[in-house]
Amino acid sequence: MIPAAFEYYRPQDMAGVFAILQEHGDDARVMAGGHSLIPMMKLRMADVPHLIDLQDVGGMSDVTIVSHEVRIGAMVTQADIIDNTELTAVVPILREAALQIADPQVRYMGTVGGNIANGDPGNDMPGLMQCMDATFTLVGPNGERGVQARDFYEAAYITAREDDEILTAVTIPLHSGGYAYEKQKRKIGDYATAAAAVQITKDNGSCASAAIAMTNLSDTPVYSEAAGVALVGGTLDDTSLKASVAAMLNDIDPTEDNRGPIAFKKHVAGVILRRAIERAWSRT
Amino acid sequence: MSNKMHIKLNVNGKDEEFLAEPRELLIYTLRERLNITGPHIGCETSHCGACTVTIDGKSVKSCTMFAAQASGKSVTTVEGIGGPDALHPLQEAFKEHHGLQCGYCTPGMIIRAQKLLEEIPNPSEEEIRFGMSGNICRCTGYQNIVKSIQAAAAEMNAAKEAAE
Repeated sequence: MIPAAFEYYRPQDMAGVFAILQEHGDDARVMAGGHSLIPMMKLRMADVPHLIDLQDVGGMSDVTIVSHEVRIGAMVTQADIIDNTELTAVVPILREAALQIADPQVRYMGTVGGNIANGDPGNDMPGLMQCMDATFTLVGPNGERGVQARDFYEAAYITAREDDEILTAVTIPLHSGGYAYEKQKRKIGDYATAAAAVQITKDNGSCASAAIAMTNLSDTPVYSEAAGVALVGGTLDDTSLKASVAAMLNDIDPTEDNRGPIAFKKHVAGVILRRAIERAWSRT
Repeated sequence: MSNKMHIKLNVNGKDEEFLAEPRELLIYTLRERLNITGPHIGCETSHCGACTVTIDGKSVKSCTMFAAQASGKSVTTVEGIGGPDALHPLQEAFKEHHGLQCGYCTPGMIIRAQKLLEEIPNPSEEEIRFGMSGNICRCTGYQNIVKSIQAAAAEMNAAKEAAE
């Protein structure tokens, strides 16, 4: 499989990236690890006349941990996340999710920023970032702005990022309490049939707060506020778990594909969310 | 046609320089331009791992990287870790423990296993299976691949101890 011909650029700084983006507009695209984009170029489903490789730009591979949040550069890879013990100590759900993305080879190349900015509903980081209420940093020719993960995704491959902007980092507030990332997939390397990210806190034996986001069950990740609300104040008995699952099912909109019919996906979504909540609760 | 690019690679210790279109995938560079045919084309869709090589210390599927991206980097293929006259312990172990049947996936298996043993010198069976999960074999059922890697790990660790 040979992609259509394109021009390749490896700029050394952000100014170089913007210059190419400005010159070629829609015909140019930036690439981090390339493990989502290159397969699409090989299938000729993505047409990229001007490909901008970000590997030499620099400044996007740091992980910075401060008292209340962590900032992760867009070029940090899934393998970097898995190996970073300091990061895992403060945001353990990141490693738990990264280990369930693709396979070892892909994780060496696949980046956090690429996974987030790509906009594929099958990517795992977007739902995870919505669960954790992360903020994405977008840099454009006119400066920098932050967009909440929960406001970023508009439709499949359509996000709040403008064509001349680059997602450079993600900032995640630190959470206390329990967490879980549960994913059902047909095989290693597959996207989720259903996945759930859960952060939960306990106070005096009952649930004080819960954040829930689902992956690959709509054309965007789904942050289900109602599914979290259904748990708050309860002790996570069967009734409140069922109420949370019902609220989540009301928020997702899966379509039939080779991972199964709609009824099956809803069934799996319910099972996975229940497991994620129970595991997160057991870790509070 | 796009402009050809000047690409520099170090492959198995040897410097290579050539002109190539940006769309040339690294697996084609290795196999067709440099006649290094250890890395195989299996699925060509980033799933099977038969094309795995090591690039600057990372296991990479060379069907999912353009040669231009790898320019300036060091590439190691299965040929780079040992040959018929001096087999790498992994190559020896795959031979001894029937870690292959048709052999098509083997170059990718061995170069990936080499990186895995570098990261985890004494892996459990679970760590081997998880660490090798980006490589697919349609013959062996994986059992003998796991045994081969365990045997190579034991051999390499014993040799390391003896040297200390």
